[in-house]
Amino acid sequence: MKRVVITGAGTVNALGMDVPTTQEAMRAGRCAIGELDIRDADRLAIRIGAQVRGYDEAAHFNRQQIVLFDRYTQFALLAAAEAVAQSGLTFGDDLAARSGVVLGTSGGGLNTQDENYRAVYQEGKNRVHPFVVPRLMNNAAAAHLSMEWNLRGPSFTVATACASSNHAIGQAMALIRAGQADVMLTGGSEAMLCFGGVKAWEGLRVMSRDTCRPFCATRSGMVQGEGAGIFVLEEYDHARKRGADMLAEVAGCAMTSDASDIVMPSRQGAERAMEGALRDAGMARDEVAYINAHGTGTAANDKTECAAVAHVFGPQADRLMISSTKSMHGHCIGGTGAIELLACLMALREGVVAPTVNWQERDPDCALDIVPNEARRARISACLSNAFAFGGMNAVLALRAV
Amino acid sequence: MDDTRTRVHAILAEQAMIPVEEVSDDQSLQDLGIDSMGVVEVIFAIEEAFDIQVPFNANQPDRSDFDISTVGTVVEAVDRLRAG
Repeated sequence: MKRVVITGAGTVNALGMDVPTTQEAMRAGRCAIGELDIRDADRLAIRIGAQVRGYDEAAHFNRQQIVLFDRYTQFALLAAAEAVAQSGLTFGDDLAARSGVVLGTSGGGLNTQDENYRAVYQEGKNRVHPFVVPRLMNNAAAAHLSMEWNLRGPSFTVATACASSNHAIGQAMALIRAGQADVMLTGGSEAMLCFGGVKAWEGLRVMSRDTCRPFCATRSGMVQGEGAGIFVLEEYDHARKRGADMLAEVAGCAMTSDASDIVMPSRQGAERAMEGALRDAGMARDEVAYINAHGTGTAANDKTECAAVAHVFGPQADRLMISSTKSMHGHCIGGTGAIELLACLMALREGVVAPTVNWQERDPDCALDIVPNEARRARISACLSNAFAFGGMNAVLALRAV
Repeated sequence: MDDTRTRVHAILAEQAMIPVEEVSDDQSLQDLGIDSMGVVEVIFAIEEAFDIQVPFNANQPDRSDFDISTVGTVVEAVDRLRAG
């Protein structure tokens, strides 16, 4: 079976407009959660989020592009540009035919939907822009990535709510392993911080009004974020032959379904996903020194996730570190696993484990080393990244230092 | 109060899919077979029925000002919110 490595990474999120800035913020334990600056925020009960601030689309894209690019597509393109530049790849004819895109998103062009529903329902307009459909569709961002870099192999979008990015990365890895592609752009993008996007979450009554405190006894719920994380996945020999800088190996992945409840997570589903990822990677439990948690800051997730980790890892659970960077960049839904993978790269490459910030008080149901508030230096040679979505759809990635 | 009780009982009965006669103030929502997601739906139905805002966070049900420990406490809490 072919091996798969990461040779490029890019991001846009509330912590930063690129990977170095984001990782610096994670190292500093900076929280990007603040007041939402969106239309009709005064009609929302939840008015906080981790928003990409000061973003000017006209600074990055021309008019013709903007009419076709929803905010989530724009984030994906900016992040992909950073990732492709770092990889040093140029997609000539042969490579282009063996390269593609698997992107995760949950809401797709939700801002476009929100704006146009507002126009026809609230403002009573009977005409919308001709490109509403190509702008809002869930595969728009994946399509624009393939067009921008001439990637002519397999491209598609996966939507598994909060696990979309991890499912996408797992699929991209599988395509390369199986020999169906040599290079894949993958990750996820989400821009759900619009009135309708926040209003829908509000209804579920799991959103915090102050901030996101994963694994903390005083937790008050989740906080939405937005952004994209995009990676260049490359077949190992392909990367080695061209002397590429390998950021990490995507050593394994496992996907499981709880098959039980549409919103409440199951410990068994999470356990089977972590065990499966370890098995797929041929990774021993004591190799794993860090887990990037799903860690949403809801009671349901945090308690279940900690119990699952304790059960899967046994005594090793007390020796490993587990942190939730959602405390800093918010829950970026379909893009979140990809943004969180940057914390894994930082751990593997720089030996710095990102903290769980905003933490105040120990929760006996989360009695693991959750790296409270301050980043920590440690030698990490292998780690997991968890994603457990609504629908009971789980995807766990296993990464190794190269 | 009686009006509130009648309407809250009806909302709970519909959520639990049981006859309204089987709902009494001393029962817990769990007794009625209403789970945590059901509670969130009940709160929504109450807000819509009485045009009130119910302070309730599913992460901290114990810490909310809105006491959902029994049918009776829900009726009282709704009554207080209706009085403003």
